[in-house]
Amino acid sequence: MNLTWIVLFLILAPFVGGLICGLDRIVTARMQRRVGPPILQPFFDIIKLFQKERLRINGIQGFCVLSYLVLILVTGAIFFSGGDLLLVVFALMLAHVFLVLAGETANSSYSHIGAQRELLQVMSVEPMLILYAVAFYIVSGSFTVATIIEHGILGISYIWLLPGVFLGIAYIFTIKLRKSPFDLSTSHHGHQELVKGITTEMSGPTLGMYEIAHLYEVIIILGMIGIFFAGNPLLGLCVLVLLYFLEVFVDCSTARVKWQLMVQSSWLVIGLIAFVNILALSVFG
Amino acid sequence: MMSYITKSPWIIHYDASSCNGCDIEVLACLTPLYDVERFGIINTGNPKHADILLITGSVNEQNKEVVQNIYSQMAEPKIVVAIGICASSGGIFRECYNVMGGVDKVIPVDVYVPGCAARPESIIDGVVKGLAILAERQSALKAGKSMARDVRQTAKAENIDESEVGLQ
Ligand code: SF4
Repeated sequence: MNLTWIVLFLILAPFVGGLICGLDRIVTARMQRRVGPPILQPFFDIIKLFQKERLRINGIQGFCVLSYLVLILVTGAIFFSGGDLLLVVFALMLAHVFLVLAGETANSSYSHIGAQRELLQVMSVEPMLILYAVAFYIVSGSFTVATIIEHGILGISYIWLLPGVFLGIAYIFTIKLRKSPFDLSTSHHGHQELVKGITTEMSGPTLGMYEIAHLYEVIIILGMIGIFFAGNPLLGLCVLVLLYFLEVFVDCSTARVKWQLMVQSSWLVIGLIAFVNILALSVFG
Repeated sequence: MMSYITKSPWIIHYDASSCNGCDIEVLACLTPLYDVERFGIINTGNPKHADILLITGSVNEQNKEVVQNIYSQMAEPKIVVAIGICASSGGIFRECYNVMGGVDKVIPVDVYVPGCAARPESIIDGVVKGLAILAERQSALKAGKSMARDVRQTAKAENIDESEVGLQ
């Protein structure tokens, strides 16, 4: 059972993720009154990257990006096989440490700035992810995803008990999707500010690995939001679609903010909404 | 296997010494009216991600090295499209004391797009013509007619400071 889920995740996630990103690009284009690329465009991009020449800038960057990809796969495998939520959070963080290292190994100031900003993004996201795991523990009595889902199906309505935690995760979803206004370290668009941040020195197959890791990561985060609706998958699907649409809308209608605002605002949301939610639960619950 | 590079050609645009007339037309291609993202074209601004180098304006003694530098940082397969008559031959600036002439004086050019300024339609047409060449290069690369090279060597051969290229 567990193994089936891992295999399903490893095979299906990039396809579903690619389709979501393709749709994302079309919806974005329509919001800007453009036609936009075909829905399969993310796949074309990634295949092309793997057909390009391999330019090695040093011996270590490729390894770091590969480690990032592998750790993202591990994170997803733990999550979708019903493993430990804390492990998921820490494996995800470790993956990003390797991404930061990949940016730092290059001798390019653009890449360095991207890497530093990636650290800031990790800093904004990480408290929320840990609170997320804690919140589910308080409500369901377990860190194990399988048990959490079981309890959800048996009748605990997580979204009803943890609306603040849900809002907090929805807030950092923008950071995870690398969407405006929080696309500091690099953007999922072909923007040019600071060239391409942390991916500046990645090219060809190395960039391809990074892109694949991003697709997997989108699916992991969607899954993490999805378990709020373990008892009602249909409602969950609707909320995920709506949330993603909102993300695209925010992406199209805001400009990138300074890093201070990103860190402060996400900590404020985490502290005021998510933490208070958990506090209220442990006092009244 | 087909070559996906024609479905996802990423461009980098460099203004050598254009009067900005051609530049604004290149940017016009990205607007809702022309929307080249329909063809998967993205304006990357990063030579390491780009497949097509669009150059506007003639080259001069000062930016010759910049042009060579950008070109050498792009991964194979790659092509160069010269936009406008300045980039093609030097245009009205041809006689200036500091102008070397068209872009092909310093790097190999694959497609010349005429016009002053080049119209967005002809720029898109030029890029699409370039895609055929790009596909050819891709199959040559696969067949092992090695266009792959060691970046460090290229950097040395062209006398570029390695720290500028982002090599260690
Ligand atoms: S071709 Fe004409 S419009 Fe284009 S850069 Fe030269 S002078 Fe300007």
